[in-house]
Amino acid sequence: MTTISASAAHGSENGEEKVAFNAGDVIMHHVMDNHEIHIGPIHIPLPIILYSSEQGLEMFSSSKLSHGEPYNGYFMEHEKIYFVGDAEVVRDTHGHIEAAMPIDFSITKTVFGLFLTIALMLFLFIKAAKGYKIREGQAPKGIQSVMEPLIVFVRDEIAKPSIGKRYEKFLPFLLTIFFFIWIGNMLGLIPFIGGFNVTGNIAVALVMALFTFFITIKNGNKAYWMHILWTPGVPWWLKVPFPLMFIIEFIGFVSKPIVLTLRLFANITAGHIIILSFVSLIFIFNNLYGAGAGFGVSILSVAFSIFMFCIELLVAVLQAYVFTLLSALYFGSAVEEHDHAH
Amino acid sequence: MELLTPSIGLLFWMSLAFIIVLVLLKKFAWSGILKALKDREDFIERSLKSAEEAKAQMSELKADNEKLLAEARLEREQILKEAKEMKEKILADAKLTASEEGNRLISTARGEIEKEKNQALSEIKKQVGEISLEIAERVIRKELSDKGAQEALVAEHLKQAQSN
Repeated sequence: MTTISASAAHGSENGEEKVAFNAGDVIMHHVMDNHEIHIGPIHIPLPIILYSSEQGLEMFSSSKLSHGEPYNGYFMEHEKIYFVGDAEVVRDTHGHIEAAMPIDFSITKTVFGLFLTIALMLFLFIKAAKGYKIREGQAPKGIQSVMEPLIVFVRDEIAKPSIGKRYEKFLPFLLTIFFFIWIGNMLGLIPFIGGFNVTGNIAVALVMALFTFFITIKNGNKAYWMHILWTPGVPWWLKVPFPLMFIIEFIGFVSKPIVLTLRLFANITAGHIIILSFVSLIFIFNNLYGAGAGFGVSILSVAFSIFMFCIELLVAVLQAYVFTLLSALYFGSAVEEHDHAH
Repeated sequence: MELLTPSIGLLFWMSLAFIIVLVLLKKFAWSGILKALKDREDFIERSLKSAEEAKAQMSELKADNEKLLAEARLEREQILKEAKEMKEKILADAKLTASEEGNRLISTARGEIEKEKNQALSEIKKQVGEISLEIAERVIRKELSDKGAQEALVAEHLKQAQSN
């Protein structure tokens, strides 16, 4: 979120005829992944790791590429890295670069945020677990007493009712995704640390959804697969000769991880975009009608931003809850014992 | 559309990071925490149950005590009642004996008195006889002097004796 002022200043320096402040660019810049962390005017370079069939695996600082100059045969534009070799940068009629792209394993802003999130999780929960060992049989204290109600909530309100008696097997995964999403969401809401958007990244959401998907498949019992392949309780002509039921069930089966991914990604990203839009309004009015208008709008904008921020705090935990609950429900359907036909 | 395209690098790092955090937390955090929570819940449940049992035992004990107390009270009353009865009986017995003794004493006294009276009567009779003899003697002595006076005297003496 702090990138706005920097980018706005940047824009006004670059050219007079260009629009000084482009809210869309600023917002997308924040929401998208980045090879640097911007905190106000400070740019913290991150390691770039590339793999290309020509040059193999390489690692260097992102500061080498951030100035728009090629380095070691690589060239970066709009956070995309191209392999140009020794040749000049070739562009097509739309101005897009025509060159091969190496596989980018860089520790980007999102990857860094990811590591931050898991480091925080490991610290918090291993410390909490130690508390249980040290203070065995005593009342919880410190981190332990903060985390305990949440852990109990996931166990008693999500896992137990959704999965049934075999819930214990899935509990570690459910706890991990719940806290990963929640802490990741909260990380994205902390201002002045570079504006992480970890859980609002589609790749991050997709990986978690795929974990849920594969765990469901691995634990699916006979009844679960039968339900998809040969749905019991429906007339035979829905299955033979044209397998309509199977197609419907299969679409449901495949759409589950997609829906999980999109819900998390869209909710978190949209939240970021809304808050940034409100803040951007100040700069837009400032540019259009002068500083007075900017100041006037800022009162309203800041009020709305704070309101949205509060909602985002709620959304942060709500999305973690929804993702975990749906995962638990999928697991529940996979291990459910069907003693009645329906 | 770029926003919707998952990048390979991120997919790789996320998968790796998530597996690591899952394995580490499962091993070093969740198992311990969940076990501790379960143990504590079991402990609380057991404690509550035993407290309930102790309470039941207490109330049973209390009921027993009360029963014992009531029995003791009843026994005390019984004893008191018996003691009172005994006292009354003793008292009545004593009264009876006393009155019997009294009666006996009175009757003995009466007998004694009768005896004394009879003795006194016989004494008086004896004295009367002696006095009579004396009078007779005197009369006999006087007769020798005056026959008419003698007769008057005898008559007078006889009159006196009869009035006695």
